[in-house]
Amino acid sequence: MNYVLLGEQFFNGFQLGIILFLMAAGLTLIFGIMDMVNLAHGTLYMFGGFFAATLAFWTGSFVWGIVLAIPVMMIAGVLLDLIVLRTLYERSHLDQVLATFGLILFFNELFLIVYGPEGMAFPLPKAVSGIATLPGGITVPEYRLVIIVLGLLVALGLYLLVAKTRVGMLIRAGASNREMIGALGINVKLLFTAVFGLGAVLAGFAGMIVTPITQAQSGMGEDPLILAFVVIVIGGIGSIRGAFVGAVITGIIDTMGRSFIDVGLLTFLDGEAAESAGPAISSMLIYILMAGILAFKPQGLFPPRGA
Amino acid sequence: MFKKLLWIAPVIALAAVPAADAKTIKIGWVNTLTTPASIIGKQMKAAAEQAMDEIGHKMGGFDVKIIMEDDGVNPKTGKQKTEKLIKKDKVDILTGYIWSHVLAASAPVALKAGKIIISANAGYSAYAGKKCHKNFFNISWENSQTPMAMGELLNKKGVKSLYILSPNYAAGKDMANGVQRTFKGKIIGKDLTPWPSHSDWSAEFAKVKAAKPDGVFVFYPGGAGPKFFTQYKQSGLGKTTPLYSVFSIDGANLPLFQKAGLDNIVGTFMTQFWSPDLDNAQNKKFVAGFRKRNKGIYPAFYAAQAYDAVYLIKSAVEAVKGDMSNTDGLRAALEKADFPSIRGKFRYGRNHYPIQNFYSREVVIDKDGNWTVKNTGIVLADHETPHAKDCKL
Repeated sequence: MNYVLLGEQFFNGFQLGIILFLMAAGLTLIFGIMDMVNLAHGTLYMFGGFFAATLAFWTGSFVWGIVLAIPVMMIAGVLLDLIVLRTLYERSHLDQVLATFGLILFFNELFLIVYGPEGMAFPLPKAVSGIATLPGGITVPEYRLVIIVLGLLVALGLYLLVAKTRVGMLIRAGASNREMIGALGINVKLLFTAVFGLGAVLAGFAGMIVTPITQAQSGMGEDPLILAFVVIVIGGIGSIRGAFVGAVITGIIDTMGRSFIDVGLLTFLDGEAAESAGPAISSMLIYILMAGILAFKPQGLFPPRGA
Repeated sequence: MFKKLLWIAPVIALAAVPAADAKTIKIGWVNTLTTPASIIGKQMKAAAEQAMDEIGHKMGGFDVKIIMEDDGVNPKTGKQKTEKLIKKDKVDILTGYIWSHVLAASAPVALKAGKIIISANAGYSAYAGKKCHKNFFNISWENSQTPMAMGELLNKKGVKSLYILSPNYAAGKDMANGVQRTFKGKIIGKDLTPWPSHSDWSAEFAKVKAAKPDGVFVFYPGGAGPKFFTQYKQSGLGKTTPLYSVFSIDGANLPLFQKAGLDNIVGTFMTQFWSPDLDNAQNKKFVAGFRKRNKGIYPAFYAAQAYDAVYLIKSAVEAVKGDMSNTDGLRAALEKADFPSIRGKFRYGRNHYPIQNFYSREVVIDKDGNWTVKNTGIVLADHETPHAKDCKL
């Protein structure tokens, strides 16, 4: 067994988990608190990528691109909520799915028209474009370390916000019992808009920090969105802690599957069969995991209390 | 209400009358005009328009119209669009088709309707061999040929161990199998990644690093290329392990690589049936014209094929004097392939796939500072796809 490779893959899986967490945190808040199925969450991820790339291009600085893109994301999220989504809260899940799917199609086409099929790339700042060596001889791109640190900081901030502040208390209360906090005189509409804005910033931030790696392209948010849904189902809908644990598990399982399943299959299958079965099984792995967890914990790993 | 209806009647009557006279020859063209992969479709469209302008939108004295449809890289959509072109637009001949899996779904529709179909990019292996069909033509290559040339090139360059990275779909597998046919060294790793959703190669790169190959063979066409090469550089592999690519670096995406500062691309090698610096009159006309019409961008091989497709169809239309119902005559003329090709000489094998040279190309910087590719010699001369032996035509 190659322990350096194992370590590197663990790192890669953890980094994927961090990105998934940023996506899933917003999704779980919006789904859990507002009972709103927002398929356009991947679109917010794409917004983040393009906004940061554009602003970085204008200012000539990667850091400024991200710093300026965050308030822009907040505004975009709030506008989207006020203009489109607010009318959908009272509607059925099917209506919400149809409407937000419409948003995906609309914005994908719009970004394709504005930015062209090649999308937008922005190079990494020199300071973080090298290779870092971790203990044990594990070598990883420096920028991926930056992603992990940023993601963990956001996770910590989110934990403090939800666990220690009054807003967080309202959010937790909203996840447990929406009608009750309304009856207690909380402006639920305002709370929802704020939560949606927060979710938009989180998804947008994920898109921003991933863009130097994958580039901003129309439709870039759909695949992370599917994974993020898996994450929140595993973690328990409405739970930030669940989103974090679920995201890290999903990221690591997915990466480990891609790395080692074909090698494992080769021990008892011939080359050709292992080659074609490997990718198939590894892409199924997280769904098998999800089914397994749901069989024992139908509410996910960390169901919000009272839900 | 009634007055409104009165207006509609003459409009309907006008619409019912064919716009032009029935002698307009219609070419159905299935392309990719949406999704990030439309970077390919845009080049093919530009080249087809260039060729049409050059011939004055006329073939054998008749007006010619290209009706272009978008497949969205989706086999189901491609098939529906093929049906639409045949049944609604009543096109005389079909071409285009970038993707092997789209072609595999669409070609049976066209062949069943008795139409001639010319693949302008997809080099789907099945139609070169067992499933070869009298009305199916290809103006590009068969998928395995270009990687077979790469295998030869790797042997020449003394590469002993190779890692293969390719997407997990029809063409991706054809590419991986192609290089394995001719490469004499050892394949020490092979990953087929999901297509087209895969956007992060960190896990695969960690495996490549651990395997320490002499070289990495890649096939990531269209929009996937820029992501892949960016991450290859970021992973540090760019400095240690040379890349050998097919269909991943071309005139369409080199300007993007240059803008993104991916200097590890310069000096890498690929194989191809064509190069923008091939020395023949038609190619010079094509490359100069294309750059003039498209802000100085070099044409990619996709564009070159689209350009050839228009001239090939023109030669056939002229041979049957515009009688597009004469399928036998059209087929005979296409088989002769008597048209000026950007490849210099061009001829068809009995399976209707080209028999042609494959060149080694290197990414270089031209005298104006633009990144482009340079022909560095023939690797396979007059090469026919190995699948041809299975064709019963």
